[in-house]
Amino acid sequence: MTISRQDVEHVARLARLALSESETARMREQLDGILAYIDTLRALDTAGVEPTSHAVPQVNVMRDDEQRPCLSQEAALANAPDRSDVFFRVPRIIED
Amino acid sequence: MSWETVIGLEVHAQLATQSKMFCGCPTTFGAPPNSQTCPICQGMPGVLPVVNRRAVEFAVRTALAFGLRVNAACRFARKHYYYPDMPKNFQISQYEEPLAEDGALEIETVAGPRRIGIQRLHLEEDVGKLVHEGSLATAQASLVDYNRSGLPLMETVSRPDIASAEEAAAYLRAFRAVLVALGVCDGNMEEGSLRCDANISLRRPGAAELGTKVEIKNLNSFRNVQHALEYEVRRQAQELEAGRRIVQETRLFDADRGVTRSMRSKEYAHDYRYFPEPDLVPLKLDPAWIDSIRAALPELPRARRQRFVSQYGLPVYDAELLTQSRALADYYEAAVTVHANPKAISNWIMSELLRELGGDDEAALAASRIAPAQLAGLVKLIDDGTISGKIAKDVFTRMLASGDDPAVIVRREGLTQVADAGALGVMVEQAMAANPKAVADFKAGKTVAAKALVGQVMKASGGKANPAMVDRLVQEKLSGM
Amino acid sequence: MADTPRTIHELSAAFTKGAASPVAVAEAYLARIGALDERVGAFLTVTRDAALAAARASEARYRAGAPLSPIDGAPIALKDVFCTAGVRTTCGSKILEHFVPPYDATMVDRLRRAGAVILGKTNMDEFAMGSSTEHSGFQLTRNPWDLTRVPGGSSGGSAAAVAGGLAAGSFGTDTGGSVRQPAAFCGIVGFKPTYGRISRYGLIAFASSLDHVAPFALDIVDAALLLGVTAGHDPLDATSVAAPVPDYVARLAGGVSGLRIGVPDEYFGTGLDPEVERSVRAAIDVLRDLGATVERVSLPSTEYGVATYYIVAPAEASSNLARYDGVKYGLRVPGGRDLIDMVSRTRAAGFGAEVKRRIMLGTYALSTGYYDAYYGQAQKVRTLVRREFEAAFARVDLLAAPTTPGVAFKHGEKADPLAMYMNDVYTIPASMTGLPAVSVPCGFSASGLPIGLQLIGRALDEPTLLRAAHAYEQATPWRGRVPELA
Repeated sequence: MTISRQDVEHVARLARLALSESETARMREQLDGILAYIDTLRALDTAGVEPTSHAVPQVNVMRDDEQRPCLSQEAALANAPDRSDVFFRVPRIIED
Repeated sequence: MSWETVIGLEVHAQLATQSKMFCGCPTTFGAPPNSQTCPICQGMPGVLPVVNRRAVEFAVRTALAFGLRVNAACRFARKHYYYPDMPKNFQISQYEEPLAEDGALEIETVAGPRRIGIQRLHLEEDVGKLVHEGSLATAQASLVDYNRSGLPLMETVSRPDIASAEEAAAYLRAFRAVLVALGVCDGNMEEGSLRCDANISLRRPGAAELGTKVEIKNLNSFRNVQHALEYEVRRQAQELEAGRRIVQETRLFDADRGVTRSMRSKEYAHDYRYFPEPDLVPLKLDPAWIDSIRAALPELPRARRQRFVSQYGLPVYDAELLTQSRALADYYEAAVTVHANPKAISNWIMSELLRELGGDDEAALAASRIAPAQLAGLVKLIDDGTISGKIAKDVFTRMLASGDDPAVIVRREGLTQVADAGALGVMVEQAMAANPKAVADFKAGKTVAAKALVGQVMKASGGKANPAMVDRLVQEKLSGM
Repeated sequence: MADTPRTIHELSAAFTKGAASPVAVAEAYLARIGALDERVGAFLTVTRDAALAAARASEARYRAGAPLSPIDGAPIALKDVFCTAGVRTTCGSKILEHFVPPYDATMVDRLRRAGAVILGKTNMDEFAMGSSTEHSGFQLTRNPWDLTRVPGGSSGGSAAAVAGGLAAGSFGTDTGGSVRQPAAFCGIVGFKPTYGRISRYGLIAFASSLDHVAPFALDIVDAALLLGVTAGHDPLDATSVAAPVPDYVARLAGGVSGLRIGVPDEYFGTGLDPEVERSVRAAIDVLRDLGATVERVSLPSTEYGVATYYIVAPAEASSNLARYDGVKYGLRVPGGRDLIDMVSRTRAAGFGAEVKRRIMLGTYALSTGYYDAYYGQAQKVRTLVRREFEAAFARVDLLAAPTTPGVAFKHGEKADPLAMYMNDVYTIPASMTGLPAVSVPCGFSASGLPIGLQLIGRALDEPTLLRAAHAYEQATPWRGRVPELA
């Protein structure tokens, strides 16, 4: 299963990674190689096998509905790359 | 040309828990921006979610109330898309294994009751709030507040069984009433506690296939739901009749203009890349726990309304009014338990009490200072002849002001009805003596003159005379002359 | 510190007796870091003032005869993947170059409460993706045994710190082998406990179902101490194990008499360096001489481990790294046309090549149309792998194998991504199954490079693993050997 240049561009968009022309080409080549290796997995017969989502077989882990201390506004915003008073500020959103 | 309308509604309800879905931040509405967050609901590096048991309990309660099957196992899943109101750029939700499936809600329509299927119910976390600096069209930036991020949301998806805009509004109303009665959601739509998306399509009556559906997002009042869908029915009918095809898209409702507008088309459809949330383990809820939740289910609004009619013999109008809020219905029943005059107590609540209250919820009722037993006591005093209906109104006013028992007030103010025939007889004779013209008029055939004498006796007694008795005595004495 | 570096338990004994002072020891380590780390490149951040303050507090406690724990006063380094409140935490990435967490990871909190002296944060492959620490966004780390070679990865900085005598113990994370492999390359102990044994809260996530907090140490007693302090249920981590934490140190003695050891055929095939094979087989012979029985076992799915891992891990990573978007914290590249542009440019500038590669791979594996073939299939193969281990553990108590296919390679030697991924072939299975595994030094190559023996145990059977590793360590000359860093 080969990965096309279009696939790479599509995935890069999904992943919000701006790749240059040459990066896209290089990425395509590298991913193609890796995917070819990974494709060996398809040979394995896994019919009827349950997937492992968790390495330990726990269920029903829940917490009580109790309030815990919050961050102060300042602590919450301390790492903000851009802020406007008590808000995080982001560049305009062209509707997506 | 006639068209059949097919509507499905997706409702997101904020659950009334103390803390958020996956962290311990408070859920109170209206806090200063970014003051109710923690590393977890801010999606900081390294954090992990842990499920709020009460949110699960509320979801199970709701599922049972609507007759959904609580699945033996359910899982959380990550739903990926990029948007600044979503800190992790994925939302923890449920996908292939939701909490519950296959139930229904009965609504009243002009054509009678209809059963609207509810396909699934699941839990997820809410996102933050985005505010545009300026208008959406011109804003250079947006501002984000994460207070709402992480609030517990319960999403229900109805089957496309809803047949009109009106029914959609009715569904939402009934749905909300149940959630509020269950105590799982405060139902406050101005605060966004309940949000609704609709899917609507048209088809020829009797057609097997569904038409192309359009999604209308974020309808946040009953009115908006109805108007948006009415508009959309017209719009789609117009398009179809002109031979055009309906574009499958998402639209927003412009409440000011009463129209739906297409959201700018996307370059590509969302690929949510769902996979099971690795940081949360599956839920395999204990059937005994589910049973205990079922056993504790309160009576739902529709059932209670029907019981008020059958058990108390109340007219439908009264039953509807009294069961509008669970608190009011509880109040009513508490009063009737103390003194079994269902209609009178209903009247007092509907005409006198509700007028005085700021609302019909628990807080307003508590603030009125008249406890159910006290209202019942008042009606009892009327029924056993201790006071007249007129005096009772006075007592009621005093009860509002003081919070005292009616019997105490009556005693203190000396409002006990005078019903002693001897004493009243004397007063009647005194009134007759003081009003010879009335007596003469009566003898001359003007029977209404008796009323004047009754009035005089009532006045002389400070309103405390038993009016029926006075009336009888006046009639007797006048006739006997 | 001209003589053998002190282990944590030796330091603790000395502190208790009054023969050494926590402050003096901390100062000595800090001085050594100052003198040598320019060459080794283990540390990204040295928290000098905080370390000395912690050392002073420790000293006061020892004077009062009231140490908080057996690791009170121990100078520890932490991989920069653990959130440390008020101390910048980069995860080896430019995208978090200036990020200062407002909270401590649970394991950090437990170390502090035990009185550990945290010297600083160590270098790593960016977002823990790598096997050589060559993919750090900031600097190179060099193997103290041979500065032209890699220390292993992704926890290379923490391994080099201990091997280089710049910390008495340290912590890293092991997702596909990122603690065991550097431990083998650096000639020290690297212990990956059962998945969920140590809380992941505050560990910057790479692959959630595979990430394990894991200590590096100079010997097994130290590993047991570090494990004991940090292990245990955490209400903030829903995947953390609820089982009680045994006294690991108390259970070290006992030897291996009667212990059944399985040697998996598939770990000794082509691709294994003959010198490594020799050392590891000799180590297994030692265990046999000590009273263990040894038999061959087969784990046929071993050959699929790397492929499986390189779907699951990148898939989960692509999800976990979605949050780095320049909105709330971390790098933001200015001048974007709009939000999407800003985010795409920020991520392009902030992430290195390996991270981007894995994000792309992972996103692809989860995308519509590919999920079943890739992620779905990989998670099923994981089940097959687990079943094979379960079958093996019905016959034996431990598995013994090499940790790595070769010794530490030179910087730049494994430029091809796939060649790098193959480094993890022996360590990936224990990560995928969540089983506890340890790497202990078992010899050197002719060129003087360390070789590691890997032991894998049943879930939550850290005590047996530690006991066997301890017995081996006691019977051989490799314990605590570190290079002379001139």
